[in-house]
Amino acid sequence: MTGSVLAAGAAADTPGVDRVIEVRDLRMRYGDREVLAGVDFTASTGEVVALLGPNGAGKSTTIEILEGFRLRSGGHVRVLGVDPADGDELWRSRLGVVLQSWRDHGKWRVGELLRHLGSYYARPWPVAELLDLVGLTESAGAVIARLSGGQRRRLDVAIGIVGRPDLLFLDEPTVGFDPEARRDFHDLIHRLTDVDSATVLLTTHDLDEAEKLADRILILATGRIVASGSADELSRQVAGESEVRWSRDGERFVHAAADATGFVRDLFRQHGESIGDLEVRRASLEETYMRLVRDAEGAR
Amino acid sequence: MSGRLIRIGVARGLIEMRQTMTTPSDLIGYAFSPVLLVELLYLIRDEKVPGSDLSLGAYSLVSSMAMLLVIGALLAMAQYLTMDREDGTLLRAKAVPNGMVGYLIGRIVLVAGTSVFTCAVALIPGAFLVDGLRFDLGTVLTLLWLVPLGLLALMPVGAVLGSFFESVRTGSLLMLPVLAITGISGVFYPISALPGWLQGVGQSFPMYWLGLGLRSAFLPVSGPATLWPAALWPAAGVLALWAVAGLALAPGVLRRMARRESGSLVAARRERALARTV
Repeated sequence: MTGSVLAAGAAADTPGVDRVIEVRDLRMRYGDREVLAGVDFTASTGEVVALLGPNGAGKSTTIEILEGFRLRSGGHVRVLGVDPADGDELWRSRLGVVLQSWRDHGKWRVGELLRHLGSYYARPWPVAELLDLVGLTESAGAVIARLSGGQRRRLDVAIGIVGRPDLLFLDEPTVGFDPEARRDFHDLIHRLTDVDSATVLLTTHDLDEAEKLADRILILATGRIVASGSADELSRQVAGESEVRWSRDGERFVHAAADATGFVRDLFRQHGESIGDLEVRRASLEETYMRLVRDAEGAR
Repeated sequence: MSGRLIRIGVARGLIEMRQTMTTPSDLIGYAFSPVLLVELLYLIRDEKVPGSDLSLGAYSLVSSMAMLLVIGALLAMAQYLTMDREDGTLLRAKAVPNGMVGYLIGRIVLVAGTSVFTCAVALIPGAFLVDGLRFDLGTVLTLLWLVPLGLLALMPVGAVLGSFFESVRTGSLLMLPVLAITGISGVFYPISALPGWLQGVGQSFPMYWLGLGLRSAFLPVSGPATLWPAALWPAAGVLALWAVAGLALAPGVLRRMARRESGSLVAARRERALARTV
């Protein structure tokens, strides 16, 4: 809860306090290549938003522009009410960036690094609490170079949140994870969003991950947001056909219907009591996603 | 820059100093050049400096501190910057408020500490091997301004050079010019043996003037004035010029380099570095 106190104090005089992220017509080009062709979205306090898309869709570029690590070619961007291109150190102190570690700070000990990096912030998490939160209490005295991949990743998250950020960026957080490490990581993010009202923006190309973590999914394809909404809304948004299965007089039937409700209503009107084993399955998020991406890439 | 930030940076440098001083492979690295140097001194212990009855060993031991300072301060600073960019240390510093300032102060403390340490590793055993060194109040007073000024002349230039190298591998090429400059800086033999134009080239770099200053500090007061003069104004002047040039150039270059750092850039470098090792 403490994270939001800072947010309220520092952002009180900025318009749209609720809008943690505001992106309008964001464009990025590298030479002739247009990577972002007008991206629009917003995120409000406490939301967990996933930027989902195939490799090369511009996810990392988008998040790096928002982090203030990359200068955009055009468009309007506000993060915590500030243009990231001229964000100062006070603004920076309200952001958490989870980077992918590689070999940096390999000689440092886990607790030592968290204490040091915390000292740059006004009100850092106490190291012991932070270690407990990410499940690294046992490794507090361990040398970072000797951590396992999963432990290192949890350390990355701990570093990202050590300053109690109002907004946390996660770029491809679980790349290279085995299924168990991935699940642990998802639990950790859930715990984080429970204890703190921080807003989270994550990029992923893993559909399942977006569905598990995010309140809202933005699908980025060919440099544009082609759809946004909860997993449920997204499947609804695409006029996909649902699959209806039933049995009648011991025989099984399958039918694809655009209006499943209407179809089932008619089915009961005609056959009434003799219908059994009814099953209606909406197009899965995966089907929706594939379709959206294909449509976007086809339209280019 | 606040006092708090300076304290954080100094703390960072001291932590890394402790880490490197307790890592055996690092210690071997620091001791490598000094040990070679001491062996060399042993070989030339009977030779004399031309025009003087001072042993060439004493001359070289003291002068070579200048080489060790250039390697320890300029080269190490450049290598740290290249390495820290490659492995993401710098990006992490950038993600933290004022992290870059803390990072730089930390590096300055670490580089200064290890440079002085390397010199001590050579100087202390070396002093038992050669005759004619002096160590008095004058020595201390000279070192008190000469060493900080020397580090100030070397570290910013090292940082600027380090900003230009994309990988640690290309960065290590810097060793070659440093060795070439050592050859013309009068470290192992007075430069009067060289052609005049080459002497001029050597005298435009800090290593020559550091060597001159160190000789004035450690060698007997009544020596050849061209090799270790009593008045060190020219040395102070040239070193100060390098320091001013480096300090004027470094913030802009570093800022430009830091601005370009991003996660995908570090990831791309990681791919390249991993591809090299496989």
